[in-house]
Amino acid sequence: MIELVSASRCIKCNICVNICPTNVFDRVPDAPPAIARKSDCQTCFMCELYCPVDALYVAPETDLQTSVNEDELAQKGLLGSYRENIGWGTKRASTAKNDQTFQILKQMR
Amino acid sequence: MVSKLTTDWEVDLETDVLVIGGGPAGTWAAWSAASRGAKVVLVDKGYCGTTGCAAASGNGVWYVPPEPQAREAAMASRESLGGYLAHRQWMRRVLDQTYTSVNLLAEWGYPFPTDDEGKPYRRSLQGPEYMKLMRRQIKRAGVKILDNSPALELLVDETGVVAGATGVNRQTNNQWRVRALAVVIATGGCAFLSKALGCNVLTGDGYLMAAEAGAEMSGMEFSNAYGISPAFSSVTKTLFYNWATFTYEDGTPIPGAGSQRGRSLIAKTLLEQPVYAIIDKATEEMRSSMRLAQPNFFLPFDRAGIDPFTQKFPVTLRLEGTVRGTGGIRIIDETCATSVKGLYAAGDAATRELICGGFTGGGSHNAAWAISSGYWSGESAAEYAKTLGHKANQRQVQRVGETAFQPRTEHPHTLATDEVIQAVQAEVFPYERNLFRTEQGLLDSLGRLDYLWQEVRDSQVENKQLIRAREASAMVATARWMYNSALERKETRGMHKHQDYPQQDANQQHHLISGGLDQVWVKSQPIEKTEKTLIGAISNS
Ligand SMILES: Cc1cc2nc3c(=O)[nH]c(=O)nc-3n(C[C@H](O)[C@H](O)[C@H](O)COP(=O)(O)OP(=O)(O)OC[C@H]3O[C@@H](n4cnc5c(N)ncnc54)[C@H](O)[C@@H]3O)c2cc1C
Ligand code: SF4
Ligand code: SF4
Repeated sequence: MIELVSASRCIKCNICVNICPTNVFDRVPDAPPAIARKSDCQTCFMCELYCPVDALYVAPETDLQTSVNEDELAQKGLLGSYRENIGWGTKRASTAKNDQTFQILKQMR
Repeated sequence: MVSKLTTDWEVDLETDVLVIGGGPAGTWAAWSAASRGAKVVLVDKGYCGTTGCAAASGNGVWYVPPEPQAREAAMASRESLGGYLAHRQWMRRVLDQTYTSVNLLAEWGYPFPTDDEGKPYRRSLQGPEYMKLMRRQIKRAGVKILDNSPALELLVDETGVVAGATGVNRQTNNQWRVRALAVVIATGGCAFLSKALGCNVLTGDGYLMAAEAGAEMSGMEFSNAYGISPAFSSVTKTLFYNWATFTYEDGTPIPGAGSQRGRSLIAKTLLEQPVYAIIDKATEEMRSSMRLAQPNFFLPFDRAGIDPFTQKFPVTLRLEGTVRGTGGIRIIDETCATSVKGLYAAGDAATRELICGGFTGGGSHNAAWAISSGYWSGESAAEYAKTLGHKANQRQVQRVGETAFQPRTEHPHTLATDEVIQAVQAEVFPYERNLFRTEQGLLDSLGRLDYLWQEVRDSQVENKQLIRAREASAMVATARWMYNSALERKETRGMHKHQDYPQQDANQQHHLISGGLDQVWVKSQPIEKTEKTLIGAISNS
């Protein structure tokens, strides 16, 4: 579930409000978006991908709330890690071109 | 008259083709209609580009070059798994169309990898990249997109021909109406809010809307797909579990348990005790390939601090319902028309029995079907719209939504939406009900589901509850078509496992058509008939 909107990183672009498939966030004037309907979060990680400044963290636990510590997440490199893995963001190239599914399916036969 | 929405539409549009749903099927439909010169509006419950199950998950695609042997093998490989309900004629068409369309994706700039022989490899699509591209592409083609705007009900003219839809923007609460000459339903399947990856927008809304306009379902007994995920997580991606060992808590392997074959054993064990997995059969080399193939598979592990190759972790099976099942709205001919004039269906919203019979399991057919049926439905909706002419958007229309809009009784009570949702989930989630079906179990469930339907029909809701209430009623309706069809199929075929009839019965090699809202009905339809209709339709066109 979504656990963090980092107030220090967020640039209040409201992209996450717009793109979350299940409408979890609410816009707040002059402030970072609020996690308004947390229990609707389907843990799809899409908001993380679209946040331009890695201000969001979606914890892997889908049915439970967890508490997170922003500094610790940043230290472990978990803020924006999915974005980095798929090569989204400025000066990165999509890693879709490195998709090695063919190697894996070869082993299936 | 207790209808909820006003008639002062905050957004009131006219178009040639309205596409409801912006996943792969909807975006392909919108693109193909627009490239035939049609004016197209696409509405989505979420944000077209991030919502639906393909965007969040990614897809292997049934992409097979047009070499006779390869095509033959592709068709033959899944026929028995699907219980011989698929149609070769449809498989051929889908293989052809998918090949062409996926090549288009490459032209549009999708960054396909090259294999170790340096040839482009086009059998796998990374979800976020794919759907971002589709959004850009339909915008370029001139499609008007309304995001965060779930459709709630269809509009029909006085002869019952579909003429558009209405809905609401869930962020502004603005009510919208789109009058259209033709409508494509591409709202995906129904996973009953199970939180399987990307699936919570998929609540069967399209089935309900179509049924209210008079459409029929097909194959709803094949609706019990479950995906393996780490017990704590949403990520129901199953390919890599082919290299897993499934164990009890003490680490001893569960005999016979497996991802492709042996999933039932996992479910049976889960009924009694936790099940663990460890992906220990992947070689060192493969491990890095896996990370490059599906980054999102590893996300929950990395964040939970688990190395899935060396550490065992608890797993569960989450219901994916008709998302990876094969049932959906019945298609009557090669144009992807439904039995209601002006209404087309595509992707998971439409039956997929035509190409995979009663079983899909690990995908690739699904993505291919979304691409192809999307393409055809958009094309035919555009052609049909041309035959009507723009003036037809001036026809008298009425809204056909019933549940949550028009209670059956004079004194409706308030709908306890969340309770209804939990009650439906209690009938469809448990493996012992939905995966291991028995006559008694199905009858018991149907008793409660019929009662829930009455609740839903005799209730009203506040405007702000409307979207959830429609979702809840769509789930109840879907569960009733599922279990009534399951009751009728007195055999075990495809993913439908009937404990009282454990064998496949040659006399039941037919489709089960279902429909109805207050009165649900099921009837069988011989396979040959569908095949002939199709061949007839193709040679006539
Ligand atoms: C984890 C996972 C992995 C998968 N892997 C594979 C694979 O490897 N290969 C494969 O072939 N298939 C796979 N599938 C299945 C495949 O993703 C689907 O078959 C395919 O995405 C269907 O496309 P669609 O457009 O019909 O539906 P979706 O992609 O689900 O899109 C439906 C759209 O309709 C919208 N919508 C719903 N209700 C409304 C409403 N009332 N009003 C407006 N819009 C609405 C939704 O927001 C969504 O955008 C997988 C599925 C899952 C869940
Ligand atoms: S997308 Fe990121 S930066 Fe933009 S509002 Fe959301 S959290 Fe803030
Ligand atoms: S993980 Fe998905 S559902 Fe949850 S807040 Fe982010 S985008 Fe929304």
